[in-house]
Amino acid sequence: MKRTTDEHGRTRKLLIKGGRVVDPASGRDGVMDVLVDGGVIARVGRDLPADGADVFEAQRDWIVAPGLIDIHVHLREPGQEHKETIATGLAAAVAGGFTAVACMPNTDPVNDHPGITELMLRRAADANLARVYPIGAVSLGSRGEQLAELGAQKAAGCVAFTDDGRPVATALLMRRALEYAGMLGVPIIDHCEDPSLKGDGVAHEGYRAAAMGLRGIPGVAESIMVERDIALAELTGGAFHVAHMSARQSLRAVRDAKTRGEARVTCEVAPHHFVLTDESLETPLRYDTNVKMNPPLREEADRDAMLEGLADGTVDVIATDHAPHHLDEKLVEFDRAPFGIVGLETAVPLVFDRLVHAGRISVTRMIELLSVNPARVLNLPGGSLKDGAPADVTVLAPDAKVTIRAAALRSKSKNTPFDGWTLRGGVAATIVGGSVVYRNE
Amino acid sequence: MLRSRHLLGIADLNADEIRQVLETADAMKEIAARPIKKVPTLRGRTVVNLFFEPSTRTRTSFEVAEKRLSADTLSIAVATSSVTKGESLLDTVRNLEAMAPDMIVMRHASSGAPHLLARLCRSVIINAGDGMHEHPTQALLDAFTIREHKKRLDGLKVAIVGDLLHSRVLRSNVQLLNKMGAHVWACGPATLMPADLARFGVRPTTSIDEAIDGADVVMMLRIQHERMHGHFIPSTREYFTLFGLTAERLRRAKDDVIIMHPGPMNRGVEIDSDVADGPYSVILEQVTNGVAVRMAVLYLLAGQEGGTD
Repeated sequence: MKRTTDEHGRTRKLLIKGGRVVDPASGRDGVMDVLVDGGVIARVGRDLPADGADVFEAQRDWIVAPGLIDIHVHLREPGQEHKETIATGLAAAVAGGFTAVACMPNTDPVNDHPGITELMLRRAADANLARVYPIGAVSLGSRGEQLAELGAQKAAGCVAFTDDGRPVATALLMRRALEYAGMLGVPIIDHCEDPSLKGDGVAHEGYRAAAMGLRGIPGVAESIMVERDIALAELTGGAFHVAHMSARQSLRAVRDAKTRGEARVTCEVAPHHFVLTDESLETPLRYDTNVKMNPPLREEADRDAMLEGLADGTVDVIATDHAPHHLDEKLVEFDRAPFGIVGLETAVPLVFDRLVHAGRISVTRMIELLSVNPARVLNLPGGSLKDGAPADVTVLAPDAKVTIRAAALRSKSKNTPFDGWTLRGGVAATIVGGSVVYRNE
Repeated sequence: MLRSRHLLGIADLNADEIRQVLETADAMKEIAARPIKKVPTLRGRTVVNLFFEPSTRTRTSFEVAEKRLSADTLSIAVATSSVTKGESLLDTVRNLEAMAPDMIVMRHASSGAPHLLARLCRSVIINAGDGMHEHPTQALLDAFTIREHKKRLDGLKVAIVGDLLHSRVLRSNVQLLNKMGAHVWACGPATLMPADLARFGVRPTTSIDEAIDGADVVMMLRIQHERMHGHFIPSTREYFTLFGLTAERLRRAKDDVIIMHPGPMNRGVEIDSDVADGPYSVILEQVTNGVAVRMAVLYLLAGQEGGTD
């Protein structure tokens, strides 16, 4: 992708013409033009003159939305570059319509130090594709023993803290983290999972795993810790965000907490948890390690609860939990394979096909879940097309026929259970800071 | 002939195929009664027994079956630790396949491991036990043994008692017995029952007396001593008090009840020695029949080679 800059290296003016602008933050919804100048939104209105700007012609049925933001991504760099690098991860992000991603700290070494945050930001600047917002570790090495220097990490660019991959180990550490991060004005994201209930489980505890002889992880392993963290958020006033929520009991806990209104609680759901169930353990392939993720694919009642929460507003964010793994790592016995699937390049088609076209949510709600709310939860710039906002824009083609091909993914890893799926709805173009960084030709 | 070129589990067999295996095993059992216990059926075929878990009974049983059918056999016991060091399962098997075996009999601690091989390798795969999932030849030899005594499977009450959660013998037997019309009662402590056990097609109970009551067959499963560590049972002594099979408890069963155990037994934990060695026990017959049933499986799968997939 080439940046549209003039001979002085300044970003040229860009006019996105003729699409349906959907900008929940300003309440705009209609066929309009968007003028970008100097990397920010200059004007949104009908029939704007090009006036020397480059023109991006959008089809009338395309949707021009504030840039999509994925707040749960594993970019694997530093330390696991055989799975993904920041450059390949960001190429996948923009191809998937994301103008910004927040990346998890479970790299090698763990991102518990400003030096690592700075490295990530430097690599992201070199890649010059989507924006990167590092999420720092709550504790040193994510070992759950000693609080990391959250203040220094925030100053270096971290937007939130988590020990993702594992839960914040103890109630006391979570309490302190919420208090301390609250002071800094950033949220704690928790991978909620009681380690003793999870045990060495590899799949959702239910009939399917039992029949296939796979060790189970019950839904309450997640919800017990969601409830713990809600109680601590109520105690401390800190902001708590539930990562990759999957169990119906967790959704109920979040809904109740929001009704009480005494805690700052938000939550995210990954596409695979509202599309698939544990039936995928058996069909179309038995023991396919590309359906092994943590939290696991749960049963129908859980999947339906996620769909309900997405529609009724309990769920704030759709985040992919993009977790690339090398083919060699996945081509092993089910219980030896690592957890996780790639998600950046499959999210938009799945959301369109399974949520919007299925009549479960509106396009406006889709943009809230993928752009407005992610920006709000992590206090990021973006999520809006207001004048002066960063010119991060995603152009969506709601009726495009998309066939997912694992081999064609831009991510370095191809571990997706959606290979061969044909879905309705895709990405037309991704614009970051006024530059078209991806175009689906 | 069987529809699948592999034997991965009872899940892939229908009632006709199960009957066919049992009838073939009848003929194979007769070979063991001859002075020269060998037929040339698999001459020139190579069978690899690849055991990633320790096993005496099953591995020996397959070896004897293979030798009686004149196959060239080799048995490889792979310590799980050496696999952890380096080579993946797939690489191990592809290296073996480079030496052109016809069949691989595999036991592995991971559920679904043989399914991975069946998808990616050339050889015929026979599952000799995968994790907590299936042990199809055990279920077939159990059915063969029951049928020898009862002349049928249809309508029998079969009680399976023990560590249901971790048992591949349970999972294969339940499927087979259901396909053949038997009524299965599954009994064990609440901590050792799989989720949604009723959906397996069994009557779940935590009362061994209820399970045994009027039973034609009582099948005892092994309790591993390590189970105390996951808070599954407080002690083997308490387990024996609540779930151990004793002569006294056995009085509730039918007069002609048979007692089975897939081995290895823990005497005094899940079964009293009096019962294990008593008149109703068919535990050693199971071992004898294992050879015949495995010969039948090898024969039926070998016969398919070059046939349709």
